[in-house]
Amino acid sequence: MKKNWTKFLVVALSVMMVFAMTACGGGSSDGGSEGGDNVLHLGGIGPLTGPAALYGVAVNNGAQLAVDEINAANPDGVQLVWDMQDDEHDAEKSVNAYNKLMDDGMQILIGTVTSAPCTAVAAEAYENRTFVLTPSASAAAVVEGNDNVYQLCFQDPQQGQIAADYIAENYPDAVVGAIYNNADNYSTGIYDAFKAEFEAKGKTVAAAEAFADDANADFSAQLNSMKNANVDLIFLPIYYTPASNIMKQASDMGYAPKYFGCDGLDGILALEGFDTALAEGSLLLTPFSADAEDDATKAFVDAYQKAYGEKPIQFAADAYDCVYAVYEAFGKTGLGTDASMEDICEAMIEQFNGGFSITGLTASGEMKWESTGVVDKAPKIYLIQDGKYVEQ
Amino acid sequence: MADRLLKSISSRGLKNAVKGSEYRKEALISYGVLVVGYILLQLGAAVGFIGHNLQGQFVPICVYVSLAISLNLVVGISGELSLGHAGFMAVGAFTGVVVTRVLEQSIEFGPARLMIALLVAAFAAAIAGFIIGIPILGLRGDYLAIVTLAFGEIVRNFMNVLFFGLDEKGHLLFAFNHTIDGIENNQRIITGAIGATGVTKLATFTGAAILTAFTLFVVLNLKNSKQGRAIMAIRDNRIAGESIGLDVKKYKLMAFVVSASLAGMAGCMFGQNYSTLAPVKFNFNTSVLILVFVVLGGIGNIWGGMIAAALLTVLPEALRQFADYRMLTYAIVLILVMIGTYNPAFRARITAFVEKIKPKKKDKGKEKTGKEAA
Repeated sequence: MKKNWTKFLVVALSVMMVFAMTACGGGSSDGGSEGGDNVLHLGGIGPLTGPAALYGVAVNNGAQLAVDEINAANPDGVQLVWDMQDDEHDAEKSVNAYNKLMDDGMQILIGTVTSAPCTAVAAEAYENRTFVLTPSASAAAVVEGNDNVYQLCFQDPQQGQIAADYIAENYPDAVVGAIYNNADNYSTGIYDAFKAEFEAKGKTVAAAEAFADDANADFSAQLNSMKNANVDLIFLPIYYTPASNIMKQASDMGYAPKYFGCDGLDGILALEGFDTALAEGSLLLTPFSADAEDDATKAFVDAYQKAYGEKPIQFAADAYDCVYAVYEAFGKTGLGTDASMEDICEAMIEQFNGGFSITGLTASGEMKWESTGVVDKAPKIYLIQDGKYVEQ
Repeated sequence: MADRLLKSISSRGLKNAVKGSEYRKEALISYGVLVVGYILLQLGAAVGFIGHNLQGQFVPICVYVSLAISLNLVVGISGELSLGHAGFMAVGAFTGVVVTRVLEQSIEFGPARLMIALLVAAFAAAIAGFIIGIPILGLRGDYLAIVTLAFGEIVRNFMNVLFFGLDEKGHLLFAFNHTIDGIENNQRIITGAIGATGVTKLATFTGAAILTAFTLFVVLNLKNSKQGRAIMAIRDNRIAGESIGLDVKKYKLMAFVVSASLAGMAGCMFGQNYSTLAPVKFNFNTSVLILVFVVLGGIGNIWGGMIAAALLTVLPEALRQFADYRMLTYAIVLILVMIGTYNPAFRARITAFVEKIKPKKKDKGKEKTGKEAA
């Protein structure tokens, strides 16, 4: 009797687990079909299923859009093949996906999408000499010690520094507090750098409160601590779901501080059931906004909406820029598409370290790379005004 | 005397006693699966038949096989449900990472460092298992499942705030809060939710296979020892076991702690196979995955669990061609296998089919049972 119960429980649990894995699936990856002779094989890795699938699918779509554009614009030139493999936001599976792409003859890797898996893959790619440009893996560890890995996005510490500089300069009299997720490396990475930079500027963070789960619904303790410290500007290096709860609850308790978020806050205006008036006057540091008015962004958003029926998020724009950056840099190396992965890697490193620059959706002005792999681009800061992003 | 009584209580122990070859048969198949698998994979890799994708999974396969064997000790042999095996794996993995990093300067030879790390990891996981087991193994019912489930989550959340570092003199530092100074300017080993990065990979396929063989050796020998029969007797009939003076708590704890320490070793090997190790890897899903290996392979069937672990580790990768439908296909295969292996009608058909192919063996078997009956 007990055995049967155990068996039933195990079956139920495994079904639950599988559902959790498949729940957020979507997007499509075109397999590595070899076309003509002049083909450059780009590999991609990211979560196409699982809780982080939103990001992987966006990267897949954005990159596919760029690949299609490049192939259509120059049918006689280098043709790109895009092959994205699922890693479920798991380091172990990410390495498996990398090895699978190696078997399929990948020449350049655009990925991986999330930080922890990217760190594992970067070490493998360093040994095998694969050139890696990640659209969105923002942890500092991704590029540390790997001369072949470059980031298109800001590093977490970079975001913290930029935010600290901006606040210190533009809001010198504000009493600044921070609420962050201490179980999330993105959030702690930004907060640590923010605090260090802010203190280096001679300022202090008046109150800092942490929470441990993005599903957290009650922030009254954190908000009361902010209120008691007379904080009038709260730094929120967190994702938009908990941030929306914070804004709602602060408003309910009659507390109206100004908010400053990072790229994780992007998407808050599109959140279902969220009163956008609550975010009015908030500032956020994000490389891309689908509401921006410039021509390049508009064209990209239109094309993306036509192809996938939804507004692109920042990750899609990152991937779109990555494909263009890799394509342009490869063109400058003078190598043919028949070059080996190792040769391409060395030539691409030379390009990226040698002052290669490109304009894109995710930077105001040009972006360049330092030899450490860190991107050098001007940040974009947006103010939420009348329910829209206004670039500052 | 007690031993003989034990044998008569435990139905499987009784079989063991009557058929002396049962243990030998099980051991032969288990070691055979391991050796044949190892040789096939090594040959395949040498010939170039096996690509990067599968080669990259050699160590994880061995690790998951070890985990399945060690969990079988608790679930199959001791008859308790443990839902926190990934927690012990995490204890071993992070202990291993810290030990190998601390010894990096003093011991140049990689395998020796790995060996020491494995031993320390086994010890650390055993302590964790002991602490968890002591208050709950004396209880009746399914409390162990609940507590181990909580334990797995506690370990993961604990690792989320734990920091380890080395200062200039090579002294180990640790802290529970990322804002603590002193650790900022030193070499970090484990950084809270980010976990360990920049791990020097020491795991090799051969090393992992040896670990699997060691795990198998420990579990099979424990199962066939006096203590093992006591553990199985308690599983089959606790009251009868108590009535002949068996210390129920002691034997349950023995199985649980041995299983935990073996899981710690497997976790240590796992941690040494990747350059990064994040606490989120050791979540509830990983615990359930290991349990699924054990259940699919047949609870208590050690070599069945080994095969299930190896196949289910490779399966999601083999299904990559299904792209979006990959995990859906995985789920369907899992459910079909689950139904197939437990469906009596299906099993009977398979047995009939096997017997059809080998009519001679069947006769031999009959003769044998006939002899034994006589």
